[in-house]
Parts: sequence; structure tokens; C-alpha cells
Amino acid sequence: MYKTTYHRASSVEEAASLISGADDGKLLAGGQTLIPTMKQRLAAPSDVVDLRHIADLKGISVAGSTVTIGAGTTHADVANSAEVRSACPALADLASNIGDPHVRNMGTIGGSIANNDPAADYPAAMVALNATIHTNSRQIGADDFFTGMFETALNDGEIITAVSFDAPEKAAYQKFPNPASRYAMAGVFVAKSGGGVRVGVTGAGSDGVFRASNMESALSASFSGGALDGASVDPSDMLSDLHGSSEYRANLVKVMAKRAVEAAG
Amino acid sequence: MGAEGIGARIARKEDKRFITGKGRYTDDMVVPGMKHAMFVRSPHAHAKITGINKDAALAVPGVIDVLDGKQLTEDGIGNLICGWMIHSKDGSPMNMGAWRPLADDKVRYVGDAVAIVVADTKAQAREGAEAVQVDYEELPSATDIEAAMADGAPQIHDEAANNLIYDWEIGESTATDAALASAAHVTEMDIVNNRLIPNAMEPRAALGLYDEAEDHYTCWTTSQNPHVARLVMSAFYNVAPENKLRVIAPDVGGGFGSKIFIYPEEVVCLWASRRTGVPVKWVADRTESFLCDAHGRDHISNVKIGFDSENRITALKVDTIANLGAYMSLFSSSVPTYLYATLLSGQYNIANIHANVRTVYTNTAPVDAYRGAGRPEACYLIERVMETAARELGVSPAELRRKNFVTEFPHQTPVIMAYDAGDFGASLDAAMQAADYSGFAARKAEAAGRGKLRGIGMSCYIEACGIAPSQAVGALGAGVGLWESAEVRVNAVGTIEVLTGSHSHGQGHETTFAQLVADRLGVGIDTVSIVHGDTDKVQMGMGTYGSRSGAVGMSAISVALDKVEAKAKKIAAHLMEADEADIEIDSGELKVAGTDKTLPWFQMALAAYTAHNLPEGMEPGLKETAFFDPANFTFPAGCYICEVEIDPDTGVTEVVQFVASDDFGTIINPMIVEGQVHGGVVQGIGQAMLEGCAYDAESGQLLTASYMDYTMPRADDIPSIDVSTTKTECPSNPLGMKGCGEAGAIGSPPAVINAITDAIGNNDLTMPATPQTVWAAINR
Repeated sequence: MYKTTYHRASSVEEAASLISGADDGKLLAGGQTLIPTMKQRLAAPSDVVDLRHIADLKGISVAGSTVTIGAGTTHADVANSAEVRSACPALADLASNIGDPHVRNMGTIGGSIANNDPAADYPAAMVALNATIHTNSRQIGADDFFTGMFETALNDGEIITAVSFDAPEKAAYQKFPNPASRYAMAGVFVAKSGGGVRVGVTGAGSDGVFRASNMESALSASFSGGALDGASVDPSDMLSDLHGSSEYRANLVKVMAKRAVEAAG
Repeated sequence: MGAEGIGARIARKEDKRFITGKGRYTDDMVVPGMKHAMFVRSPHAHAKITGINKDAALAVPGVIDVLDGKQLTEDGIGNLICGWMIHSKDGSPMNMGAWRPLADDKVRYVGDAVAIVVADTKAQAREGAEAVQVDYEELPSATDIEAAMADGAPQIHDEAANNLIYDWEIGESTATDAALASAAHVTEMDIVNNRLIPNAMEPRAALGLYDEAEDHYTCWTTSQNPHVARLVMSAFYNVAPENKLRVIAPDVGGGFGSKIFIYPEEVVCLWASRRTGVPVKWVADRTESFLCDAHGRDHISNVKIGFDSENRITALKVDTIANLGAYMSLFSSSVPTYLYATLLSGQYNIANIHANVRTVYTNTAPVDAYRGAGRPEACYLIERVMETAARELGVSPAELRRKNFVTEFPHQTPVIMAYDAGDFGASLDAAMQAADYSGFAARKAEAAGRGKLRGIGMSCYIEACGIAPSQAVGALGAGVGLWESAEVRVNAVGTIEVLTGSHSHGQGHETTFAQLVADRLGVGIDTVSIVHGDTDKVQMGMGTYGSRSGAVGMSAISVALDKVEAKAKKIAAHLMEADEADIEIDSGELKVAGTDKTLPWFQMALAAYTAHNLPEGMEPGLKETAFFDPANFTFPAGCYICEVEIDPDTGVTEVVQFVASDDFGTIINPMIVEGQVHGGVVQGIGQAMLEGCAYDAESGQLLTASYMDYTMPRADDIPSIDVSTTKTECPSNPLGMKGCGEAGAIGSPPAVINAITDAIGNNDLTMPATPQTVWAAINR
């Protein structure tokens, strides 16, 4: 790790002030990507602004059908939340299968979506749930928030404070893990609500998380695994690497989508 | 045997310190004034070094010195060597290029060491290493066998035209061709044995200490064979004469072969300690382990097997090319030759065998012995082609094997090996019964009802271990003898120290070797201590690899114990005024047979050291040494049966049953043997389904350089393994032992692949059979 200056922020305002004053600063949420990257000397921020001790960023609340999760809430807290489990069990399941216990007890939902790793789980859920991303300056719809691999609509120094979404009627997430890293090679989150069906796909797309619109149409007509028999996934839109060719990933997207629909019941 | 003797299932003595974190590994060693090293490594697969600028590195705070290959050459440090000479079939010696501990003209793989930076702290050494400016002129690279052998391929070493190291053969080519030509059926296959990265839990490490006052060196290092390290560093690398060089291999966290070899880092740390005047420690990080530990396997082969009209094998012909990487590591030349082709007869009676083996240089990490070393490659080849032949012939794979089993011993194969004992049918029967082989069809039908493809596959392996008869391996080109030594010291109060040239890095020697002593003398294992891993303490020894510590190492102890017992009986007979022939050793006492006269073991020992009343002319003391040289290899064999279920939509394969039936001869501690089989099978399943080293063909970069991309087996990848043993004793060592360390890794990959290909009905499948690979095969 290269030398860096560590700051512990006690409020969002202080964090915003610290990051804007830094030469080449990085916000530290759960640190599950940033710290290993720094240890590998692949990132060398001048300053690290630690968000982990900001009480306002933590916590889960449900008001009516709206679920709000603070950006600093860990995966373990989401997985173990009775409110999330009741309002959207699919999201609790998703959180319970991120990484390993160490990752789940440190990593946060805000950190995950800000990083927008193309193989991260949460972005698929945010897109499928049509979630709203709250920052210290505005609210951004999930469709607009994720703009490409490791790219988001966040401005420099902008801090995610929470995510919110309306509980779906039915939802499920199915992940096919990379055999080595166990990140998603294809993760499909299917959500049915009054507005129709949304399908968020992570791990597979060559430009990061995406919505499978042809599957959404088919499922809006008939919410059943069989409805996806005729749906096709274009391999040319898929990632290809050592572990999965684009053809294989295209197949996995369809298989995981069917399984998610069946799991959603 | 007693409660702690041979055959006792007792907990390992050494586990308390390992489990409680009290093991003492090389990185735990601290000496006064110790400094830390980082190596500057090549980022290129193949390049000329045109300049090294150290100025910026030397200016980094804490950096003591930066040393490069030119300085190493000036100081007369020798080339790293390959210790086994192979001659090509035209009689010419292998084409070995120089391996400099620090590259001084060219780098030949990503990770090749170029310079060492010594600094006060490891972080400063790392900063310094990043600041060393090496100018490279990049050259085209070749990382796989085909690319290295292609017309116009990059020339990696001047000594090896077209990158060919040797073109070697074994067996009778003409007779084999003729037998194939007249065979009733010939099965032919192309077989790839995938390249593996060892991944011992403890990364390699070295601490070099030069004592100027004594002109003496000490090297703490992660070695499976510290005496061999001292011999090689002394005789070939010119570090220091043997009496001025002490090598200590303390607790070592796994080796699997990768810590047999003497690598650049330990040599350079010793040399750097003299150059800088400070002790120098280097500990590999995990990335360095991936890049620079010797890799394993990496063969491509064509095999033809011929059968007569009664399905008896008439001929086997094999053409193999092996990738040895950028440099010839210590035993690299022997792995695809004498450790591979000599096992191609498998468990079968085959009159005609011919194998041709070529080895090539590539711009990759050196390749050398890895758990099984050549024998997994042979077993995979013969057991896949036997299974395939059974399918082509429309006969039961079990019965085709059984029909061709060697059943009379000793059996001389056409490829050197003389099998001394075995009962292959017994292993096959035991495994088939344990696997409920006859119930498979019903299980397959049930799985089909759940949408799963179920398959079953077997592997009847044989291997040669307990290496090795010194004269025989010497005649085949080995640079060393492969005996083992032991010294048994009985202390004045009767406690016992056993000094062994074997080295324990997970095998449990501190327990099993003590069990042997307990068995012979009837003393408790707590009164027996095993001393190993230090050239200043232990007489010359050859170390641990090739499943040799039981069959060879314990045999040396057994012979030394014979001498101890003989002298103890003489003393006891003298003290009890009895005939020496009437003395029996039992339960920690020396007894006069047929009388009630006894002498406690400790009193006999005390008498040996007080020397007040010893037989006329007897020397005081009780300490005996033995060097045991085996008369033959030993031949563990067995049958493994694997059953898988496959999700056809994704290719995900689950091993739902794995049965291992092994014949290891005499077993000292069944629990440790079971652990060895478990570990070996896990590595075999890893090779078959998970692990595959990949280099980028264009850039020569290692793509699988971390656990993000290299799939190590995890607990949830592995089923519960059904382990059992049958027994035929090895006749060539006093204990009848065969060796169990590698069998699991040798026998399991073909069983897994035979099961998967059975399930999917497509034999065109290469390892590792990842979900993607299996799905593609299903849809091909």
C-alpha cells in the first residue's frame, strides 16, 4: 500500500468537505474493493475519507411500501433485517450470498453500487426494483445511475446516502458464481410490481448491469419460466473471459432468469 | 502393535503447535540486524535487458543496496541446474540453457528475477524495487507447446534450437507399430494434461545470514530437502563449501513438490547477505507464488492402444510433448520421462509399449514435479484410453480392465518397471462394492427424473514411489542417489531421538516415525522425538518427495533400530547373565525368555552410558546410524470410482460420490493415510474440474495469477470421500510399506473425467471440466 492520509468523517457534510479538499481522495465505505486494490498498489489515493462512522448512513426503514436502506448498511444487516425479509425477501437473499461472511459484515450497499463492479450483485437488484439512489445533493433513478462498467452518474465527491424502492409483488435473484472468484458470472434479479416486470442482469453484460427488455416484455405478458423459452440473449452484448465465453454467458442469463421467475413463484 | 505402534490410529503429535499457531516457519525466524528483500521481476515474457538504473531505488529511504545479475556473475555464483541428465534418442545430451539466479542478459518469463533490493523494512524494499528502472527490448514470446514448436517461433535459449530440449524414447517402436497394425481394434485419442499451479499454504521464503567472522552461511528456507539444497548450493552454485553452509528448513506449510527445488531466491538472499553485510529475508507474496513457483503437468499427447479379438491389449503407443517452461528446474527433465513413461503399462499386461517424449522451452514459469510428478499424466492417459476403448468395444469398463490386469508378480513391464506385488482385482472389487456399482443404472434413472445427467467413471491406477534405488536411477541419469538416512539416539535415561533425512511439511512424521519406534521398543511415543530439517543436526539425507518418507525414510530408521536392539540385547544379556539370543524387547523392558528376569529399558540405557559394566570390548553409548537404499520402487495401486451429476442447462457438475480403494501395503497410522488420500483426491478433483493455469498467448502474461481467476478447490466443491484399503506388502523394504502421499492426486482425475464423459455422452472433454467446458461439450 502506498502512503495515504486517513480521515474519519462523523457526518456526511464533513465527509463532503474532506473529499472536496483532498488532492486525489477516495471515499471509503466498507472497503471491500478499495482496500484490497490499495494493498495491491493498484490504487494510490492521496486521502481516504472513511464513511463508516457516520450514523446517518446506517439503518433500514419501511414506510408503507417504501423500503429505504442507508448507504452505510452492511450486507449482513440487509440479509438479517426482518423488515427487508418481509418487504422484499429476494433482496435479503441476495445480500446473504454476497462474498463471504467477512465481506458481508464489512461491505455496504452504498459502496457496492458506487463502485458498480460489473459482477456485483446489488446493481441488478437496484435496476430491477427501479430503485432511487439518494445522494447528498439529489436523487437519481437506477436506470440513470448505472452508466457502464465501474461508471455511475455520481459527480466527483458526491456521496450516496441511501437507496429506496417500492416493495415488489414478487421478486427473486439467481446468481451463477464464477468458479474461482465466486462473483456473479450471470446474476438475474426479476421483480414484478404494479408497473410491470423488470429484469436486471449483472455479471454478464459487456457494459455492466443492464435490463433485459425482451424478457421484461415476455414476463409482463405471462410471469412464468416458460414465457422465457423464446427469449434470446445476444452473445455479442456479453462479456467473454477465461471462465465464460459470451455464448455461455448468454445461456446463463436465460437460465438464471427462468430460475429467478420460478423462484419468485 | 500396542496402542501407539504400527497400525494405531492416533492423533498427530505436531498438531498442537500447528493448530494453536505455534508452528515456527521461515517467516517467523528473526535474527539480529535482519533486513528485508524484494525482487525486481520481469513484467515481460521475453525481452533483452538493455540497462538497469538503480539511482532512484538507492535514493529510497531505508534502501541498503540494489544488486543485479552482473554483480552475481562477477562473484562467481553458478547457474541453477537440472540434476537429471536425459539423452535424446540420437544419443545427444539434453539442450540445457543457462538459468541465472538473476537474469543478466535476457528475461524469459513474466516473473523472472532481475535484481534484489535490500532495505530496512519490507515496505521500503518494495518501494525500492518499484524505483529500479530496467530497460527492456521486448521480444516475441511463446507460452504454449504449439507456439514454441511452430516454424519461426521465438528462440528462447540459444542452446535449444526450435526450443527442443530433448527428443527421447522408451520401448520398442517397430514391434509396437507391428502389433498395432495387426490389432483387431485400435483406440486413438489426443490427450491434454492441464498445467497446474501448486499453491502451498505457506509461500516460499528464505533468510540468508552470512557470518563474516566465521566465513559461514546459514539459510533458513522453505525446503522439502534441506540437505539437497545445501549440496546443490555448495557444489553447483558456488555459494560456499558444504562445511561453511548450514541449511535449515523449519516448519514448512505444504510443498506438494514445489519446495523440492532450489530456486533463485534462496541463493540470492545468501549472496546478498555477504554483499550487504546484513541478514536478508525474503518472503514471497501470493502473486510471486503464482508467477514463480514451479508449475506442474502441461503435456499434450497422442495415444493409440491395440486390442486382439478377445479384447486383450496388444500394444500401446504414446507420443507426448511436455512444456518445461523458461528454464530447466531441478528435476524437470525426469518428470515427463522416467517418472511418466515408465508407468504407461498401468495395471495391465501389455507386451508392446513405445513412448516418444519431447520437451520444449516456453516463456512460462519453470515446470517441475508436482504431487505425483509424471505418474498422474501417465495414469490419466492410460485410464482415459481404457475407458474410451471399453465404450468403443461395447464392453464393461471394469471387465475390460480386469481381463488385462497383471496377476502374477513380479511382473516386468516393457518400460523398465518391475511390479513387485499387488492385487488389482481386489481393489477393483472393493471399490465397485463400496460404490454400489451395480446400482448405478437405477441412480441414473432417478437423476434423469430430476433433470440431471448422472455418470460413473473409474480409474485403476498404479504408481511407482518410494524413490528410489540409487544405482538404478544413477544409470538413468539422476545426479544423486535416492537412499535415506537415520540415526537413532537412545539417551542415558532411555528416551529416544530419531534424526532423519526425511522432511515433514504436513506428512505427520513426528507421529508416524515415533510410532515405529514405539512398535519396536514398546516405549510411549512421547518418549520419542523426531529431529529433521537442519543440516547441522542431521546427517546427510535426501528429503521428502515421491512418497518416499515411509518406504525409504522409515526403512532407514528400522535398520538403525535393528542395530540399537542388537546392542541393547547384548547389554541386557550381560547384565542379566543370560544368553543374548534369549533376550526379548517388549513393553519397554528387556526380558529373558522363559524366565521372570527383566531389565527396564531405561536401566539398560543408563548402563550403556555409565559404562561401568558393559560386555568385554563394547564401546559405551547407544546410538546407531543407517543408510537405507531400496532395492526397487514400491508400487501403490488401487481403484477409484467417481459418480457425478450434471445440470445440463449450466454444465455445473457435482461429484456426488467418490470411492477410493488403495493398496498401500503396511499402514502405520490409518488416520494419516486417510488424510493423505483425502488431500490427494481433492487435488485430483481440482485438476479435473477446477484448476487450470492460463497464460495470454499474445502478451505472455499469467492470466491466472490470483484466486480471482485460479480456482483452488474449496470445501463445497468436494464430496465426502469413501476411503478404504486392501493390502499386499511391498517386498523390497523391511516394513512392507508402499507410500500414500501422491496416490489420490494420481488416480482421481481420470475417474472424474470418465464419469463426466459418461454422463454427457461426449468424450471430447479437456481438463479442467469447468461448467463452461462441460456445457460446451454437451452442446457440441
